[in-house]
Amino acid sequence: MNRRTWIHAWLMLLPAFVFLIAFTHLPAVTTLIDSFWTTGKGRRAAVFTGLGNYRKMLEDPIFIKAMVNSAVYAAITIPASILLSLAMALLVHRSFRGVSLMRMAFFTPTVLPLIAVANIWLFFYAPGFGLIDQIRLVVGLPSANYVGQPDTALYAVAAVTIWKEAGFFMIFFLAALQTIPQSLREAAAIEGCGRWTFFRLVTLPLIMPTTLFVSVNAVINAFRLVDHVFVMTKGGPDSATMLLLYYIFETGFRFWDTAYAAALTVVLIAILSVVGIGQFFLADRRVHYK
Amino acid sequence: MIGETLFDRVLIRGGGALLAFVWILPLLYAIWAAFHPAAFEARFDLTAPLTLDNFASAWSQAPFARYFLNTILLVTMILVAQLVLCTLAAFAFARLEFPGKTILFTLILMQLLVMPDILLVENYKTMRALGLVDTIIAIGLPYFASGFAIFLLRQTFMTIPRELDDAARVEGCSLLGLLWRVYVPLGKPAMLAFGLVSVSHHWNNFLWPLIITNSVETRPLTVGLSIFATTDSGTAWAVINAATLMTSAPLLLGFLLFQRQFVQSFMRAGIK
Repeated sequence: MNRRTWIHAWLMLLPAFVFLIAFTHLPAVTTLIDSFWTTGKGRRAAVFTGLGNYRKMLEDPIFIKAMVNSAVYAAITIPASILLSLAMALLVHRSFRGVSLMRMAFFTPTVLPLIAVANIWLFFYAPGFGLIDQIRLVVGLPSANYVGQPDTALYAVAAVTIWKEAGFFMIFFLAALQTIPQSLREAAAIEGCGRWTFFRLVTLPLIMPTTLFVSVNAVINAFRLVDHVFVMTKGGPDSATMLLLYYIFETGFRFWDTAYAAALTVVLIAILSVVGIGQFFLADRRVHYK
Repeated sequence: MIGETLFDRVLIRGGGALLAFVWILPLLYAIWAAFHPAAFEARFDLTAPLTLDNFASAWSQAPFARYFLNTILLVTMILVAQLVLCTLAAFAFARLEFPGKTILFTLILMQLLVMPDILLVENYKTMRALGLVDTIIAIGLPYFASGFAIFLLRQTFMTIPRELDDAARVEGCSLLGLLWRVYVPLGKPAMLAFGLVSVSHHWNNFLWPLIITNSVETRPLTVGLSIFATTDSGTAWAVINAATLMTSAPLLLGFLLFQRQFVQSFMRAGIK
């Protein structure tokens, strides 16, 4: 009797697991194995090199540049998009004329393809006739080439990411805010509790699980969202916007050095795992669950 | 609201309106540029003449009809596969007891961190081994088993009262019958929510399709647009903007028409 339930359960899981293992777990394992070999070229077969690919990384200036860029990119986009999305949610979590229009404005970037909107942003940044430059000229500032300058290109790309993500995260905060009972608000009002105090002592602890969920997603996206780099900068100028995932793409599919690309992927997986798991355990204690 | 002065209100509303304007600006600009002649792409003159020429020339310069068909085939195929595979798996996790349950569920959750999106090189090798490079099915295969969908549906199925199971069993319902007659109908809102998230995600997905496709017959819209819209190809801004609007239009229209459901779906998908 029980055995039959087991078999039924396993049969129901089988199709999903075939795909899951074939395209997620198995490739993750073979990536790790491949990273210890060299790339076979033509008649020259791949040979075992141990940590050779990883040693190569330490001497690869573009890899180091990509790691630094990814760190900066994450350090900008994660807090900025979380704070902005929380502010947006607090803004539209009330009723006034035009609130649905405002909510729509914030959410629109979520449904637009990043690859498509990158073109529009490219125009905003365009030196001379772009929107930002037109404003600069009116104010009397000199023309600036945000995407073409190594010292501003990464920030220009990060701005697009923040724009894309904030509205998406807002939805989750909005959902969390709606679960806060009105009675708490009334009680606080009777106690003469200020808005800021209410936010700090009631709202913030209650939305902590959402904040955790959003920040895990923000971390993952900080390493995953590179579509606009293809349109805006292609990693340039002078590797200024080279991000880890974009570098994996270039190594694997432009230079066809698949073994080195595998080693780079292992680094990316390691970062995601450490950050994801670490965040979960660290934040676990401070999260207020029902 | 507690202790809100008129000054606060003006400040908050004003700041909010400004923020909202910045957020909608790229879309407004794309609409402006797409519907006006190229001469007005950087000149904002309200008397500028309207035109549809940009759309016509974008449509004739690249096989967008084919790209649209490819994308529609792709998102439909992925969604159907995801719903079938993940409903079955979610039901097993939510209602059945079997050895290995915890380990298998952990394997599912791992996919939330290590997504197929980053395993490009190995997945490409797999597709080459299967002889599937440059096919629409190869774009979809890695996403068929979605850890996110299994997790979401499991959460939903777990809230369904067990009394319904027993009632259905008494009526002589088989396990699959139970799933089909009780769980699928009650899980519909969650499936709709996941459906909207999945369709918009895969409509917009770019990197993996870029790698695995290399012909007009398989390329989805995002990849087609990226090839069409490289600025050094000499295509006019206005035409690029028209193409950009065209590729985003179906999702955008869907979003405007079903704004409530869209927002609620994303909310529902996010509550864990």
